[in-house]
Amino acid sequence: MAIKVNNPGLATTIQDLGRPGYYHLGIPIGGAMDRFALHCANLLVGNGEGAACLECVFMGPELEFTEDATVAVTGADLPPKLDGEPRATWTSFKVKAGQVLSFDFLKAGARAYIAVSGGIDVPVQLGSRSTYAIGALGGVDGRAIAAGDELPVGSGAGAAEGRSVPANMRRMPSGAVELRMLPGLYWHRITKEAGAHFFEDTWKVAPECDRMGYRFRGGRPLDFVPREQPFGAGSDPSNIVDACYPYGSIQVPGGTEPIVLHRDAVSGGGYFMLGTVISADMDLIGQMQPHTETRFVAVDMDQALKARKERHAALDEVRAHLS
Amino acid sequence: MENRYSFGGDEHIFVEVNEEMSLEAFFKSLSITSAVKEAEIKGVTEICPANASFQIKFDPDVIHPDDMLKELKSLEVAAEKAESRIATRIVEVPVFYQDPWTHETLMRFRERHQDPSATDIEYAARINGYDTVDKFIEAHSGAPWFVSMVGFVSGLPFLYQMVERARQIEVPKYLRPRTDTPRLTVGIGGCFGCIYSVRGAGGYQMFGITPMPIFDPNQEINYLSDFMVFFKPGDIVKWKPIGREEYDEAVAQVEANTFTPRTHDVTFDLGEFEKDIDGYNAKLMEGLYGN
Repeated sequence: MAIKVNNPGLATTIQDLGRPGYYHLGIPIGGAMDRFALHCANLLVGNGEGAACLECVFMGPELEFTEDATVAVTGADLPPKLDGEPRATWTSFKVKAGQVLSFDFLKAGARAYIAVSGGIDVPVQLGSRSTYAIGALGGVDGRAIAAGDELPVGSGAGAAEGRSVPANMRRMPSGAVELRMLPGLYWHRITKEAGAHFFEDTWKVAPECDRMGYRFRGGRPLDFVPREQPFGAGSDPSNIVDACYPYGSIQVPGGTEPIVLHRDAVSGGGYFMLGTVISADMDLIGQMQPHTETRFVAVDMDQALKARKERHAALDEVRAHLS
Repeated sequence: MENRYSFGGDEHIFVEVNEEMSLEAFFKSLSITSAVKEAEIKGVTEICPANASFQIKFDPDVIHPDDMLKELKSLEVAAEKAESRIATRIVEVPVFYQDPWTHETLMRFRERHQDPSATDIEYAARINGYDTVDKFIEAHSGAPWFVSMVGFVSGLPFLYQMVERARQIEVPKYLRPRTDTPRLTVGIGGCFGCIYSVRGAGGYQMFGITPMPIFDPNQEINYLSDFMVFFKPGDIVKWKPIGREEYDEAVAQVEANTFTPRTHDVTFDLGEFEKDIDGYNAKLMEGLYGN
């Protein structure tokens, strides 16, 4: 079966859990920005948890189904409508051949995940169906979906209608966000005062926020510890000899606007980094809208691992609920 | 040189072999990452060597970060003793310097540049002490370059010039990065040369363009049919200046899928290289051109 794309939305891409193993070549892991929401969407429709879904940003697509299927929409609060009739988010519903799925305006969050029973069945490239537009990999010809596309869907009976992830098991930013981070990498390059300011200041998500990274504005510029720049680094104190960038690492070009690298990160470059957002908070970043107030909070490794366990437990809770 | 270890969140260990760039630091990074690969440590998911540093990504559900750190430190000792010799290849990459496409792009981003009244290559020639652009091109293409990292995006090679430090070209990156760079642009930032594998953002000074694709996600290009990425760390590049006619010819060959880069297998020995840099490079060229 196939889904006809009447309207693609803003930047709707096909995403699964990504393609690990190629970061050393500059090909990022990619995959869903909010992995928890992708897992849940697939669980709701009875797919394997890593099946490919549609990830839409800020605005939903309009899709026409050629065969019956089960569908679920998770992540951002982007209310689905079937032939104009409202349907609940985080809840499975049946779609009949010929029906049209569209969306109301975004109410909260940034990225919604549309799972279809059988999963979106575009070809696997380097182990994943995830769209990585810069490298023209995955998805539909390595790009976001476009009007007129016909998205192939795998076979699968689909789960029953009305399966739902309870509201207390979802995770969506409401108001200001705290991002936990482990200071490190080139932290020693900034002064003690600058380090204190970084955590004291309230930052806001800048309009430049996408799958590659999230930029933040509004805090005080960072002062650097004076040094003679090492050979090969470049003259700005925020420059380093080009190195690898961890996912979630916070680089601050020129010391002014922090950028947190995300799933489609560039794998390396010449800007210093002052630490890394912990793995447990990466999904949350994918749901932050521009202008969201943000504080960075320092944690240690024990706290980071504890938070990671809690995220695993939250997903286990959903699995148990839906089994 | 002592390695500096730092955790990148709960999933990465970042290791700086040296603050400054050198081939010694590169070889140390390469030998440790090779040792990590061979050790097959459970939980390692990505091994990323870089110019003078490297990064390991791991699954903290499989191995505790402290244990991963211990494993890496134990491998460092063995890697110290490794020889700085690698079996690699030298590749001729044609470059059309001062081409119309990078020229059009650099003119569009003039307000982001250190010297809006000059082109990137004029600026680079001047600040590196060359009277003319031609002399700069001679310096850029006269000695080979070493691929010291692959990354940023889609198989983009970072290259380190194989001359003594005093002669190495150094240029700053753009004041603010461009939002556009033509695919296959040849440029420099800091001491690193690069070929932009795909079109996109960039901050390096742009000097020219190569007709030779280095990334093909569809693997239709004959010399990329085994793998979509051409370069790997340790490859040696010799730029060959070409004019418009040769450029157009090569592009036609690429389109007909008959273009094949001139390559030659070599063993590179850092110790021998450092004893007589120019002599060693001359021998590498003999291998490539067979004269």
